[in-house]
Amino acid sequence: MNTLQLVGAFALSFFAVVGRLTLFGVEALSHCLRPPFYLRSIGRQLIDIGYYSLPVVGLTAIFTGMVLALQSYVGFARFSAEGAIANVVVVSITRELGPVLAGLMVAGRIGAAMAAEIGTMRVTEQLDALTTLSTNPMKYLVAPRLIAGVIVLPLLVIIANIIGIFGGFIVAVYKLGFNPANYLQNTFEALHVDDVVSGLVKAAVFGFIISLMGCYHGYTSRGGAQGVGQATTSAVVSASILILCFDYVLTELFFAK
Amino acid sequence: MNAASPKITIRGLRKAFGRKVVLDGIDLDLGSGESVVVIGGSGSGKSVLLKCILGLMEPDAGSILIDGVESVGLRGEPRDEIGRKFGMLFQGAALFDSLPVWENVTFGLLAQQKIRRHDARGIAVAKLAQVGLGADVCDLVPSELSGGMQKRVALARAIAADPEIIFFDEPTTGLDPIMADVINSLIVKTTREVGASALSITHDMASARKIAHRIAMLYQGAIIWAGPVADVDASGDPRVDQFIHGRAEGPIQMAVRA
Repeated sequence: MNTLQLVGAFALSFFAVVGRLTLFGVEALSHCLRPPFYLRSIGRQLIDIGYYSLPVVGLTAIFTGMVLALQSYVGFARFSAEGAIANVVVVSITRELGPVLAGLMVAGRIGAAMAAEIGTMRVTEQLDALTTLSTNPMKYLVAPRLIAGVIVLPLLVIIANIIGIFGGFIVAVYKLGFNPANYLQNTFEALHVDDVVSGLVKAAVFGFIISLMGCYHGYTSRGGAQGVGQATTSAVVSASILILCFDYVLTELFFAK
Repeated sequence: MNAASPKITIRGLRKAFGRKVVLDGIDLDLGSGESVVVIGGSGSGKSVLLKCILGLMEPDAGSILIDGVESVGLRGEPRDEIGRKFGMLFQGAALFDSLPVWENVTFGLLAQQKIRRHDARGIAVAKLAQVGLGADVCDLVPSELSGGMQKRVALARAIAADPEIIFFDEPTTGLDPIMADVINSLIVKTTREVGASALSITHDMASARKIAHRIAMLYQGAIIWAGPVADVDASGDPRVDQFIHGRAEGPIQMAVRA
């Protein structure tokens, strides 16, 4: 097979996957907007995605905030600009690190779990069973996960932002010797609504991506345990890459002059 | 049995995966109140036939009439309406792992909003009693049940909505001979109680003989013999003889690699 054929085959398979994913996403979205809504299922997903992700997101956020303060201090001390640390921590956490790191953590925890659960249901014929019981699997399994992902990721990011900024405060005050009142004042001055809102919009998009990738790879998995294993890997990898891609796209949309 | 108005009429059903033709012009009828068992070796297309009828797979050509209504190509509410006539017992039971037994049994009724949630448990207990299980299993999850109990719960789920047609996919696979006979007896009893027609697929001849009024044999994508269960031993077709007696030698050659 020559190089041109290889490139052609890759391009064809890539666009086939994009096409299938787009059709899956459009169908799933249409089920999110049309009744019946499975409120119990949505509630269960809100708890699974949100409540049970709190520890991992919180730990990630606090250490990120702490490291950020420490690293900024090392860098800014060279220019006698230590006073900008609070500003750097707030802007970095609210605009970028809060939504991206929370997204990546949730992708690893929840994207894999969704793909494994739905993939196992596929290979054990539970999805077929749903259909024979007059229940559309897209509506019963996929739509609640998408809705919950879009709702809960921004809430997680609000908490991650608070914890991350608090992590920076701890290092700045207790390790670097900043005055707590001054640091807090600088923090609130640096806190802009635009930054927070852009981070929350990003979080909602990332929540959609994580749920969509988890559901898509689980729903289309084939071939028993090996297929389910591949689905979980693909869900995490594709969600992580898409989060980083969309992070750039959204940043460009919000902040590019 | 009312042969004049079949519940299912299949004509010229064809399904291929790439170049591999799995169903090649299937003709089959299921009468009202009748139990038909489709037998055939592994990979002969039995499961594909069932999935085409259930609407889980789209055939390439042919017709499937359910109570005289064409179901091939049907979508949305008309398809759901036909689906509500069906009950299905899957080979591996296919119970929902995350739900307790009582919710599994009444899932279809709740989904179709035929009952309210607080009435569901009582109905589940009644359906479980029909398959010989007590109320004590109601709150267990499927992973806490043995294979035989899972099959019984799946049978209770299949009959919960009093379907007009029940499908059985290899109902005795993976069960010991005694439990297999218990399941066969329950299939005969429950379909009679519900008044349903039954279409089963199996390669277990003991099961086929017990639950069938008629047997049809699927081989290389076609029905090669169909007739009353009493006639299966005198079919006159060497392929049917080889299959029902489980002989390695004969006209059906299995692809075996040493």
